[in-house]
Amino acid sequence: FQAPAYHLILEGILILWIIRLLFSKTYKLQERSDLTSKEKEELIEEWQPEPLVPSVPKEHPALNYNIVSGPPTHIITVNGKKCINFASFNFLGLLDNEKVKNAAQASLKKYGVGTCGPRGFYGTFDVHLELEERLAKFMRTEEAIIYSYGFATIASAIPAYSKRGDIVFVDEASCFAIQKGLQASRSNIKLFKHNDMADLERLLKEQETEDQKNPRKARVTRRFIVVEGLYMNTGDICPLPELIKLKYKYKVRIFLEESLSFGVLGEHGRGITEHFGINIDDIDLISANMENSLASIGGFCCGRSFIIDHQRLSGQGYCFSASLPPLLAAAAIEALNIMEDNPDIFQILRHKCERIHKALQGISGLKVVGESFSPTLHLQLEESSGSRENDVKLLKRVVDYCMNSGIALTQARYLDKEEKCLPAPSIRVVITVEQTEQELDKAASLLKEAAQSVLN
Amino acid sequence: INHIVHNGGLYKRPFNEAFEETPMLVAVLTYVGYGVLTLFGYLRDFMRQWKIEKCQNATEREEQKDFVPLYQDFENFYNRNLYMRIRDSWNRPICSVPGAKVDMMERVSHDYNWTFTYTGRVIKDIINMGSYNYLGFAQKSGTCQEAAAKVLSQYGAGVCSTRQEMGNLDKHEELEKLVARFLGVESAMAYGMGFATNSMNIPALVGKGCLILSDELNHASLVLGARLSGATIRIFKHNNMQSLEKLLKDAIVHGQPRTRRPWKKILILVEGIYSMEGSIVRLPEVIALKKKYKSYLYLDEAHSIGALGPNGRGVVDYFGLNPEDVDVMMGTFTKSFGAAGGYIGGKKELIDYLRTYSHSAVYATSLSPPVVEQIITSMKCIMGEDGTTVGKARVQQLAENTRYFRRRLKEMGFIIYGNEDSPVVPLMLYMPAKIGAFGREMLKRNIGVVVVGFPATPIIESRARFCLSAAHTKEMLDTALKEINEVGDLLQLKYSRHRLVPLLDRPFDETTYEETED
Repeated sequence: FQAPAYHLILEGILILWIIRLLFSKTYKLQERSDLTSKEKEELIEEWQPEPLVPSVPKEHPALNYNIVSGPPTHIITVNGKKCINFASFNFLGLLDNEKVKNAAQASLKKYGVGTCGPRGFYGTFDVHLELEERLAKFMRTEEAIIYSYGFATIASAIPAYSKRGDIVFVDEASCFAIQKGLQASRSNIKLFKHNDMADLERLLKEQETEDQKNPRKARVTRRFIVVEGLYMNTGDICPLPELIKLKYKYKVRIFLEESLSFGVLGEHGRGITEHFGINIDDIDLISANMENSLASIGGFCCGRSFIIDHQRLSGQGYCFSASLPPLLAAAAIEALNIMEDNPDIFQILRHKCERIHKALQGISGLKVVGESFSPTLHLQLEESSGSRENDVKLLKRVVDYCMNSGIALTQARYLDKEEKCLPAPSIRVVITVEQTEQELDKAASLLKEAAQSVLN
Repeated sequence: INHIVHNGGLYKRPFNEAFEETPMLVAVLTYVGYGVLTLFGYLRDFMRQWKIEKCQNATEREEQKDFVPLYQDFENFYNRNLYMRIRDSWNRPICSVPGAKVDMMERVSHDYNWTFTYTGRVIKDIINMGSYNYLGFAQKSGTCQEAAAKVLSQYGAGVCSTRQEMGNLDKHEELEKLVARFLGVESAMAYGMGFATNSMNIPALVGKGCLILSDELNHASLVLGARLSGATIRIFKHNNMQSLEKLLKDAIVHGQPRTRRPWKKILILVEGIYSMEGSIVRLPEVIALKKKYKSYLYLDEAHSIGALGPNGRGVVDYFGLNPEDVDVMMGTFTKSFGAAGGYIGGKKELIDYLRTYSHSAVYATSLSPPVVEQIITSMKCIMGEDGTTVGKARVQQLAENTRYFRRRLKEMGFIIYGNEDSPVVPLMLYMPAKIGAFGREMLKRNIGVVVVGFPATPIIESRARFCLSAAHTKEMLDTALKEINEVGDLLQLKYSRHRLVPLLDRPFDETTYEETED
């Protein structure tokens, strides 16, 4: 059976071509890496990295900390001078309360100091379970979860629910912990002007029109609003009733950060929901830290079990970190007991806040920023000198004047380059239940004097 | 894969690390096991959807039923159907100090782990092989506790302010000087939470335009810190120096991905001891590479500080290296010091920069005073500055316990991962059913162990992890080993095919760290 000649020749050529292809060098389409190893060595030799950290000038204002010798209580010794403390967030004066210390001592004798493990691996103590139950009962929610660090509370809670592709509407003046939580969540962030419900509604309407273009995507995109009860950066409260209306109108969930308003607002200290008389189930998640009113360390989130239970497996600061030392949890429980037994301290605190708010009005050169019942106020310069550095220096002189005369104050500290909306430089004034009326008046008059001498 | 390396003088003593390969039959059976569980999972979900079975999850509010669902159904598939079956192995509540022996609150479930009730009974004296109590400082009496009690009555429990505002106590300054002395570095800074130390300081050190080379098995805090910084992240294979070198070369030669600009800086993130594998970082080689390619090294010594090295100073001490070679030494106080918090040590410029720009210094509360005192006392004890040799004795006891425990387990025929000297001992279980069974059987015999499965480990490599402590006596270890042997036979866990010949039991003395042969 002979094949035709042209067939054989064609096949012969094909076989020769295949052999040639098999043995020829591979043909790279990319142009990269024609560098010889000698050139690579040279590049490696030449490359100079930046220094690990730039050097910080010695006089940088944030480098020299105030040194507090002894406990940071009502009378505080700062840099060797005895002052009245107007700078620590010890709103209810529980930092040196004897009952709280005794409860912590008892816990120390029973458990030692550290827990030596995360909650999942023998780090769950009965104290933690008790504290969670007590917090849930106090706030009248189904469940609560405890974190061992205040900052990590909201910064772990937000990424547990909001993922890439979800949308979060957040107030411009929200604190740094919220900003970090949002950054970790990789969601779309939409900022609305501080406390401006019209701006928020506008953004929500825009989102609604977007949704109508793509309903399939809209059905799986979760939406959240993150607000604070009492804003740390501006001292005012969020308009919660309007937010609830917007929530049901546009089907958005609300996360409320109550670090400053827990233990301050409301008839029994339950926070802004009690202040406005709102049903707590309308808020999806309330997060707060225990480092202000409860004078302990750590934070908690409370809400319905449907929402809180999820954080036990996906809250990073909960699963991958050691649990709260039991003595701090016991201190928090005792502080809660005191809060429940003495509901009149909230009225007293509010009274003092209003008093000093009034007394600080009319200081030439400084304006008061904050609500009248907010226990933390900011004193900003009425007229900025133009550069932030100079403003900070001026305020430092005011603070130093006050410290030399026995009132401990501090400037509000921020990371200038990292904040999304950097607030103006200010002096932070904190009011606690332990300050007497004379001390409040003294502070107000001293600030007037200081402002007069430094700013005029 | 067995590595016994002397590597041309970089290592002063043998580096024995072993990760035995998964036997083929076991791997197949594990996949089959997961397949069966998944099928049953689908079946149960189907029955729950059609209301044949009662649904016991918490559900959304009636008023919010038309909101976008908060969780995707599939996300929780693993949670509902696999995790829920063995949920009692985790979150076990204890009610005593987490020392070598611990008391646990008994809890039972009548509905297959959906809800737990506490019977009120306390199971006493369970041998604790799960807490990170390496040097045994979790004590409720003793010098550390007394010092902490005194500071508590003087200072109170909280601080109520940040470091830069009014929260910088004299105690913090004392602690930082001590930590710097302990590590052998110029200066140090302490933070309130170990997790937050990583996630808040890595973004302060690197930013956009920098490169982070991170180990495959790094902890969640390092991964979060790297992500938050905005730098480019490249992953090298676990403890694999060739992979790291290749990445370094490529990075410097080719520059940033599309613009080809040179990188601003390169930061290598490694851990001292990896807690899931029990392996120790190959620090001499990493330092050699770092010097050759002019990059910076960030060493996370969460588990290794206090637990390794003849003086308890961590992995740098273990290898006999100079602490100044490591640019950023980070660690936590939770494990070996029985307290809470983290620290970063390094050159003075680094710490000054962190004092000014670290997120934690500006926005987060500082450490609680009694916790600080516990760290100070325990650190002085380890350094020997309190006038006793208790610290040194504990460090030696831990090393002895580690060697003994690992050798005995290997002799019994279990597959044990990790380095010979690491006090973290992972014992391979592989099959999903054995995870729950091992935990429960050991609890019945009064030994508390930690079992880990997916997603903390790869899906077929579930393991039980023992954390040894200087507080464990030889009798406790022998009891534990006897029970582990029994349970291993019961559950058929002895997979190892490289059985070690049992060596003569030699007493541990000061020369052990000088030996180069075992």
